Amino acid sequence: MMGTDLLAIEDLSREDIELVLETAGHMQEVGRRDVKKVPTLRGRTIINLFFESSTRTRTSFEIAGKRLSADVVNFSPSSSSLKKSESILDTAKTLDAMDPDAVVVRHAVAGVPKRIADELAAPVINAGDGAHEHPTQALLDLLTVKERKGRIDGLTVTIIGDIAHSRVARSNIYGFTKLGAEVRVAAPPTMIPANVDCLGVKAFGSLREALDGADVVMALRIQMERLTGAYFPSVREYSGTFGLDRAKLRFAKDDVIVMHPGPVNRGVELAHDLADGRPSVILDQVRNGVAIRMAVLYLLAGRRPESEA
Amino acid sequence: MQSEPPIHPDAGSPASAASEAATSAPGRVVLDDVAIRRALMRIAHEVVERNDDLDRLYLVGVPNGGVPLARRLAKSLHEVADLEPVVGILDTTLYRDDVLTSGERPRLRVTEMPSAVDEQIVILVDDVCSTGRTIRAAMDALMDFGRPRAVQVVALVDRGHRELPIKIDYVGKNIPTRSEDRVKMRPGREEGLLEVALIEAAGESERGEAS
Amino acid sequence: MARVLIHGGHVLDPRSGRDERACVLLENGQVAEIGSDVQAGSCERVDATGCLVTPGFVDVHTHLREPGQEYKEDIASGGRAAVAGGFTHIACMANTEPVNDDPSVTEYILDRARQDCPARVLPIAAATKGLRGEVMTEMSALVDAGAVAFSDDGKTIMDGGMQRRVLEYSRLVEKPLIVHAEDLTLVGDGVVNEGSVSTRLGLPGNPSVAESIHVARDVQLAELTGAHLHVAHVSTEAAVSLIREARARGVHVTAEVTPHHLSLTDEATMGYDSNTKMAPPLRGRRDVDACREALADGTIDCVATDHAPHAVHEKEVEFTEAPPGILGLETALPVVWDLVRSEVMTPMQLVASLTANPAALLGLDAGRLDVGVPAYITVFDPEQRWKYDPAKGFSKSRNSPWAGETLQGRVVATIVGGSLVYHADRGVLAP
Repeated sequence: MMGTDLLAIEDLSREDIELVLETAGHMQEVGRRDVKKVPTLRGRTIINLFFESSTRTRTSFEIAGKRLSADVVNFSPSSSSLKKSESILDTAKTLDAMDPDAVVVRHAVAGVPKRIADELAAPVINAGDGAHEHPTQALLDLLTVKERKGRIDGLTVTIIGDIAHSRVARSNIYGFTKLGAEVRVAAPPTMIPANVDCLGVKAFGSLREALDGADVVMALRIQMERLTGAYFPSVREYSGTFGLDRAKLRFAKDDVIVMHPGPVNRGVELAHDLADGRPSVILDQVRNGVAIRMAVLYLLAGRRPESEA
Repeated sequence: MQSEPPIHPDAGSPASAASEAATSAPGRVVLDDVAIRRALMRIAHEVVERNDDLDRLYLVGVPNGGVPLARRLAKSLHEVADLEPVVGILDTTLYRDDVLTSGERPRLRVTEMPSAVDEQIVILVDDVCSTGRTIRAAMDALMDFGRPRAVQVVALVDRGHRELPIKIDYVGKNIPTRSEDRVKMRPGREEGLLEVALIEAAGESERGEAS
Repeated sequence: MARVLIHGGHVLDPRSGRDERACVLLENGQVAEIGSDVQAGSCERVDATGCLVTPGFVDVHTHLREPGQEYKEDIASGGRAAVAGGFTHIACMANTEPVNDDPSVTEYILDRARQDCPARVLPIAAATKGLRGEVMTEMSALVDAGAVAFSDDGKTIMDGGMQRRVLEYSRLVEKPLIVHAEDLTLVGDGVVNEGSVSTRLGLPGNPSVAESIHVARDVQLAELTGAHLHVAHVSTEAAVSLIREARARGVHVTAEVTPHHLSLTDEATMGYDSNTKMAPPLRGRRDVDACREALADGTIDCVATDHAPHAVHEKEVEFTEAPPGILGLETALPVVWDLVRSEVMTPMQLVASLTANPAALLGLDAGRLDVGVPAYITVFDPEQRWKYDPAKGFSKSRNSPWAGETLQGRVVATIVGGSLVYHADRGVLAP
């Protein structure tokens, strides 16, 4: 089975991913009960260590932990005080001394969860690091697609948006390709990272070509403040060329589903009427997030490297 | 009992292997399919005898072995008293007391409770009962689904070695074992058949295969 | 002064071409005799059996951090690290606090070096005041104070007009201008080489053209001005080509390459270890191979360590926040000797890149081993394997990607001015 940490989808085997999805399927059943709580992690402590604020992801992990009866503690050091006074490894060692059973880490810089995992005895779960990976997001996206399509193998998945700066894109690219899907990315060339083919995808400048025959379309959130001007000329030009609407969606398959990691910039990367209802599955993604995080916590919390073997 | 290791192919003792002619599966068959049917039929009679409000019967199989047994018991109840009890499946893994300490996390299994258990007479069905810990976990899980009027327990095999104050209401067969032995329900020689095997641990006087 | 006899070793001297088993006798700070049958009498003996005996190594690019950042390194600790790595001469960069942009700072450095440093320290002065790229330093006065070259290393003179005038003015003092060639507008936020590795890591990339574009500008400015341009830490195939072409045209350009750019690729960064963060960053395989070839064919003159000590707490931060640079003095020899083991260079060529070549480009009377010259000598065993532990080294800092690794090739003894200042079994013996 997977290692004691969940840092990157790149590290997982197909079997690891399938185990998480299967486990999450059972967690969905728990989520449908009246009493949505099982005693599995009773007396265990999970620390949500969020250096970068993210109410959605943190809440999802918090609910997941609580449904498994763990004590969930949120720790959000303000990045400014941390930057100067305490090194990452000091933070890690401090946490370790509190003996948590799992630490969920979100940080604006790639690699921080990995560095913390190197220091910590407790399992570390990456809740998003810079432009690197966001493994639980990809897992919940895989679960959502599997629910809707019955399979991942052989599907064509098109990811649209700022691939260069997106951890969601990287994790999903690894996840979908490992499970046998063909992944395409579409964006202005300024938002395609160097040597993107090393991730196992094909890049398209034409949205029409990228959407041709797609089973799944995923639009990424555009960080308008940071990118406008430097990476694309204007929001109007971006939404005109790469914003998804019903007219452009006609190039995809008839039963295409539309995904978005949220929160949506309505009218920018996704037309207003695409964000709600068919073919959008955005709320399924959110719902599945809790089940995926329950599965990950169930599989990892409390495990120690020594207890393997 | 809860973290039963997979059966080692060479684990059968020489004596029992000799007495079992046709099968390559290890251990000695202590209940074949006919015996299992007979036991369930008897249990069905007992259930009918002991309960008044038979419309409230709700059978719950504990995976994996309890699930086919619960279905068979439902059939027997239909034959005996023309009853059609609800049959549910309840995985106990998330309620186990050793789930975090047993190294690799056990795979979860299906839970499927078709209707509410409130005011129902729930009969938990398991294949083999030993320490009682699975039944304990199953009762805890059950309580999360509502407030049954009563909970009763069926075990096809009771092998003793109880570690908790758990009483089995309906026993298919008592099989005395040593705690190191293993008792396993498994598919029989033909499709759709079940059998229960006793796989004895290599005794001190015998030279067992080192595993 | 004591007499020292180095016996049993094999002498390699690139300048004279000497390549033979011989004893070396040192007397009065000079090489007195080299031969197979030296009568030494009573003297200190260094057993060099199985070792190469070469001129002392010269490093044209070291950061000693003093004055101002003595918690990272100081002249005494840096000097000890130098002799432990076989370096008898170290040229130290100007990015101290205060910056070495004034003769008083140059004199301070030399003063400190005379008091408590076993290696010879050669200050490199800033090319512009405060490394700000705006106002030229007083180059003549700085040379009078002891500066051997000029550089704004760590920073880059982005203004082409300023760079041109600095090069022109440096002709007055006939000292090289050492450039850290990176176009900062192209570097942007980049912290790792742009390519598959930056894409997989999700870290901002630093494209190789950031270096080569700057090198292209500066070799043309060197050509225009006739000044001596020295390109620090060359890391890309494109920069190598530009330097090769410029040299073929007769432009006065020299270049150095670091041990890490000769040995590690950007793949080393995959674990987010900030001890693999450098400026310029570790590059791809093609770039590393191009640098190795360029050192072998003479396009790049010398190996320079870019020894850059940083405290543990400074490196144990987010990859993007960590300061770039690693220790280099104590690991340079074993790391670069791989070029001999993999037959990219002969032992004589590689020794030249550590001795005669760097001495020549700084115009030093060093880097040779001959009768009558000042005795600066390094004795090393190219085969010996040893485990490198920065905590047991002489630098105050520990930032090395080779920490805990077994390296092959070890300095056995270092002689500065005729005195044995380092021996592997005895440590640093004297300032």
